[in-house]
Amino acid sequence: MSAPLSSDKIPVTVLTGYLGAGKTTLLNRILSEPHGKKYAVIVNEFGEIGIDNDLVVGVDEEVFEMNNGCICCTVRGDLVRILDGLMRRKRKFDAIIVETTGLADPAPVAQTFFIDENVGRKTKLDAVVTVADAKWLNDRLKDAPEAKNQIAFADVILINKTDLVSPEELHEVEARIRGINPYAKVHKTQRAQIPLSEVLGRNAFDLDRILNIEPEFLEGDGHDHHHDHGHDHNHDHDHQQGHHRGGLKHYHDEEMQSVSLRSDKPLDPDKFFQWVQDLVQKEGPNILRCKGILAFKDDDARFVFQGVHMILDGDHQRLWNKGEKRDSRIIFIGRNLPEEKIRQEFESCIA
Amino acid sequence: MTDTRNNTVSVVDRSHPVTAGGAVVAAHFLERTAVFVLGEGAMVFAAAQDEPRRVAVHEGAILATAADGDRVVSGGDDGTVIATNAQGDTRTLATDPKHRWIDHVALAPDGAVAWSAGKTAFVQAKELREFEAPSTVGGLAFLPKGFRLAVAHYDGASLWFPNAPQAAPEKLEWKGSHLGATVSPDGRFLVTTMQEPMLHGWRLADRQHMRMSGYAARITSLGWTIGGRWLATSGSTQLILWPFQTKDGPMDKQPRLLAPSEHRIEVVACHPRQDIVAAGYGDGMVLLVRIDDGAEILAKKPGETPVTALAWSADGKLLAFGTESGEAGLIDLA
Repeated sequence: MSAPLSSDKIPVTVLTGYLGAGKTTLLNRILSEPHGKKYAVIVNEFGEIGIDNDLVVGVDEEVFEMNNGCICCTVRGDLVRILDGLMRRKRKFDAIIVETTGLADPAPVAQTFFIDENVGRKTKLDAVVTVADAKWLNDRLKDAPEAKNQIAFADVILINKTDLVSPEELHEVEARIRGINPYAKVHKTQRAQIPLSEVLGRNAFDLDRILNIEPEFLEGDGHDHHHDHGHDHNHDHDHQQGHHRGGLKHYHDEEMQSVSLRSDKPLDPDKFFQWVQDLVQKEGPNILRCKGILAFKDDDARFVFQGVHMILDGDHQRLWNKGEKRDSRIIFIGRNLPEEKIRQEFESCIA
Repeated sequence: MTDTRNNTVSVVDRSHPVTAGGAVVAAHFLERTAVFVLGEGAMVFAAAQDEPRRVAVHEGAILATAADGDRVVSGGDDGTVIATNAQGDTRTLATDPKHRWIDHVALAPDGAVAWSAGKTAFVQAKELREFEAPSTVGGLAFLPKGFRLAVAHYDGASLWFPNAPQAAPEKLEWKGSHLGATVSPDGRFLVTTMQEPMLHGWRLADRQHMRMSGYAARITSLGWTIGGRWLATSGSTQLILWPFQTKDGPMDKQPRLLAPSEHRIEVVACHPRQDIVAAGYGDGMVLLVRIDDGAEILAKKPGETPVTALAWSADGKLLAFGTESGEAGLIDLA
């Protein structure tokens, strides 16, 4: 028996966003739109109601620690239970949407899909969608670590309530978001109005798209990135530095950064796995997410992986296409990442 | 080692297929009638040569079932607890006022019914009693004597006397998420399945801990062999049997490992009369395994999807099986 193909798995979209950002508005839009699909929505209220074709299930978020000695290894116990139950239905759902509370850390939700085999066998994490309040996000980034986590974790970000801010303020909030997470697809919305296809069913292209982005302020814009490390010990960590480039301000969030790695030379799989496992063991609590597409020496298949904190999940995805450039690309998003060390160690994994 | 078990004694030719018409999530026997529980709402009743009969029981998915020979009691995501007898007559025992999912059900030796919805465990005996667990209930199991219910939850389990609502439940602590519960037939041991691929056990007399680990996957099926001598478990590519013959249970002892395969065991069912375990594998194969010498009999060849349900009739002469894709059958061993 072979494992179910990833396309047979039901995609799960995780909906996050700080209190009042507009998650519920987005959810109501998803449910009320004539989408012709059958969704199961897991929300944080009790009681179960069916809306037309869809099923809405209320849960209490229960974050459980795993007993494996890994301090950041937590799962959502309630999700394990609900997803097990949903999988019993014969008429499967087209997608599952998990709404988290405004103060939730997205990590336990994501980790549930990697840690629990029964869940991972039948469902897959499609995307983390974060709704951000255009007016208040900048303030929340300063005083609410949850809000920053939700931005750093996101695959898709909706800057919502854009009608309540000036174009300059909108610019500012977008730049702040980019400083934390340059890889997420950002949409600007009012009343969370967005085509559902921009929110649901993102998986097919996400990894490739994300890893193809060359964030200009990380590389290739002539800005000497290294000087940051020279002087950042001198100012406090809440201070964020901004400077203009091509219209959009560039912020370096002093706490949360991303590191993007690329190589056109094949990697040695043994060296690579040992390195990446050591890295997440050591830096796991600081690494919010990582993703990668890898080309190994003497291997005609693309290896894709993603991870949350200390947990890594990866597999051969497909054969490299004829003429496709066999580049290895990895990104890490996290707090206070030792970028130079990561770059050097990655270089040493080249076969 | 081959998975096709080509040279293994086979009883495959004694198998009668049953058209289940949907994923089978559990199987039970009511006398000689096999009951195949389908994921979505219905049960299929199959007796020897009769045409199988489909009975609609729940509006949505069936999340949990338990049987005592007279009836199958089921909990559904429609918030109801329903008893179904061998004739297929259904009776609603309870409806959750908030329509919460009924995650677990358990039956007491005297016929009392327990179920849970979220954090709340209920017992319906003469009166309806309820117990609020510290977190969502992971599993329920009655002790064989004394009308006592073991409730598994996060960081341990609680032993609750439903008839003594004023008495605080006894807490058994062990860090982690406990997802299922079973009590040994002699009532001396409580064993829980955990979110991690391991079991945790308590000797109830002195609360001694037993950690049973070494599994590849979360354990979703387990059962006591005749007389409670062994605890048979899924979750590995071998049939793992923990010894419970002595008062120390499996403490400082190794489990017996039988019937290795390339595929993981998904479900086990212990024979009611002999030291034999039916093991259903991830590739759809079913083996009957004799514990004494590890002898194997092939009961079902590998198929397309994992075996998800196995049950023995009370006399041990009929074995019912079901798979994720709805392949089902009855094997007559008489």
